Amino acid sequence: MIATKSVADELAAAAPIKGRSLWADARARFFRNKAAVAGLIALVCVMLFALIGPFISPWNNEDIDWNVLGNVAEAGRPSLETGHWFGTDALGRDLFARTVQGTQISLMVGIVGALISVIVGTLYGAVAGYFGGRIDAIMMRTVDVLMSIPYMFVLILLLVVFGRSMLMLFIGIGLVSWLDMARIARGQTLSLRSKEYVEAAIATGVRPFTIILRHIVPNLLGVVIVYATLLVPSMIIYESFISFLGLGVQEPLTSWGALINAGAAEMNKSTLWMLAWPLFFFVITLFGFFFVGDGLRDALDPKDR
Amino acid sequence: MLVFIIKRLLVAIPVLLILVVGTFILMYTAPGSPFATERGIPPAVLANLEAQYGLDQPFVVQIWRYITGIVTEFDFGPSFIYRDQNVNDLIGQGFPVTLTYGFWSFVVAVIIGGALGILAAVKHNTWLDYLAVGISIGAQVLPNFVLAPILVLVFTLWLGWLPGGGWQGGQWQYIILPVIALSTSFMASIARISRASMLEVLTSNFIRTARAKGLPMHRVIFRHALKPALLPVISYLGPAFVGMITGSVVIDIYFSTGGIGQFFVASALNRDYGVMMGITVLLGTLTILFNLLVDILYAWIDPKIRY
Repeated sequence: MIATKSVADELAAAAPIKGRSLWADARARFFRNKAAVAGLIALVCVMLFALIGPFISPWNNEDIDWNVLGNVAEAGRPSLETGHWFGTDALGRDLFARTVQGTQISLMVGIVGALISVIVGTLYGAVAGYFGGRIDAIMMRTVDVLMSIPYMFVLILLLVVFGRSMLMLFIGIGLVSWLDMARIARGQTLSLRSKEYVEAAIATGVRPFTIILRHIVPNLLGVVIVYATLLVPSMIIYESFISFLGLGVQEPLTSWGALINAGAAEMNKSTLWMLAWPLFFFVITLFGFFFVGDGLRDALDPKDR
Repeated sequence: MLVFIIKRLLVAIPVLLILVVGTFILMYTAPGSPFATERGIPPAVLANLEAQYGLDQPFVVQIWRYITGIVTEFDFGPSFIYRDQNVNDLIGQGFPVTLTYGFWSFVVAVIIGGALGILAAVKHNTWLDYLAVGISIGAQVLPNFVLAPILVLVFTLWLGWLPGGGWQGGQWQYIILPVIALSTSFMASIARISRASMLEVLTSNFIRTARAKGLPMHRVIFRHALKPALLPVISYLGPAFVGMITGSVVIDIYFSTGGIGQFFVASALNRDYGVMMGITVLLGTLTILFNLLVDILYAWIDPKIRY
């Protein structure tokens, strides 16, 4: 009797066993993946660079260093003494400050674009998949139609007609980005729709839109997060492409695409740092997002377990 | 099959119309006249110019003229900047160039990418596999506008092997760098897709059966595994085509090849609406037709698709 009592006491005293949730499992799997963790660290570093950079830079991104102008290849090279840690651009502006600024813009465009895609695409796909039938057919046919338009040209058209502005850039990128997400979300919803808990919700009289928001969307999240992580780099590439053409953000604002373009234009004048620094951050960030995205997919995608 | 093709064609027509009307409305609502210059021109001259180009007509008349012009005479209208050339001349000048390097890029991307992916899957977990995966990851972060300067830096400035730009009637030296710059990222995507699907196919039951029958490996791969493994690649060809058309803008600007992209960006910066609209409509049409072709090809190859 006494023995069983003490066992019972011991059991009661021991910390309650923590259940392993889906997300805890995924987190453990993610952190076992070395490439993904390295990508995450790189991304954190780039974000810190964008956030802290403006406060530690001795130069402003708009100011021209008149001592350097006219002799950029010699006086404008990266050095600690002049305070131009990354060197200067062809106009004598500090490249460190400009790279910080370009990083902010590029990251912002990437993240906002992915957010638009997540919100619009997930809801659209979930609605189409949940209702099915004719609504689904019409909605997905529309997506097919929109997908067959060469977007970059329409986006350039928009930027030219309505003037270049950040807002227009976001609208243009937002127009393109949600289509893939809508398809993915719809595909997942089709399989979620027949689950018991959805059936139970229908049986208890929950309204369709409440079911979509409360039961379907949370279960889509895993897949959506994976694709959103992979979308951010493609949004960054879009924006850089537009900036490369000279149609992106306007001076003195800049972005990676504009900086790479400017650096590439000067590369036969032995001022390679102008190309190298923005390129370095661009490549590191894209690698980071791709590795984190792959890591998340391995961690969250039930297919690969 | 024929019914399927006709059905898809019938869907393509309204899409095209939407594209044309949409672009036209965009151009119509655009603020400012294409003839406005910094010095300003007298209102009488402006009115004359607008009358000459038919811009004084009501919207419906303008768009009707534009669409009927394209449909009946394949005429995309005048350029507002180059007074002695119309949009057809400009397209006729730039399109063959774009088509040449675009075609080679497509061929390179599909053949090398597909071969690399399938080889990597067949030699799974060997150095070849790792090399293919490494290449495809590396190429992912090097879009054409990043790759182009690097290529010029290495092959033109440092090694001096290839010219860094120009076209010269399409001599082979002038085609190589544009093709590499344009095809690499698509090659990488195709390699990744074909590797993944080949790996999946190689573990399926019918391949095990074929191997159990004692068929040699090359026969298993070519006769049994290749076709199902390439299906996802085919569905990627549509997006790849769109990407290449878009990428041609970068190629034209960076390598001064004189293709259609160069006119597009120049017209965008000059607000030459006629040329912009013409190129958008032309490329949109090409994209839609190509997607149609891919869909038909897919339906023809994949027995699971019902039409």
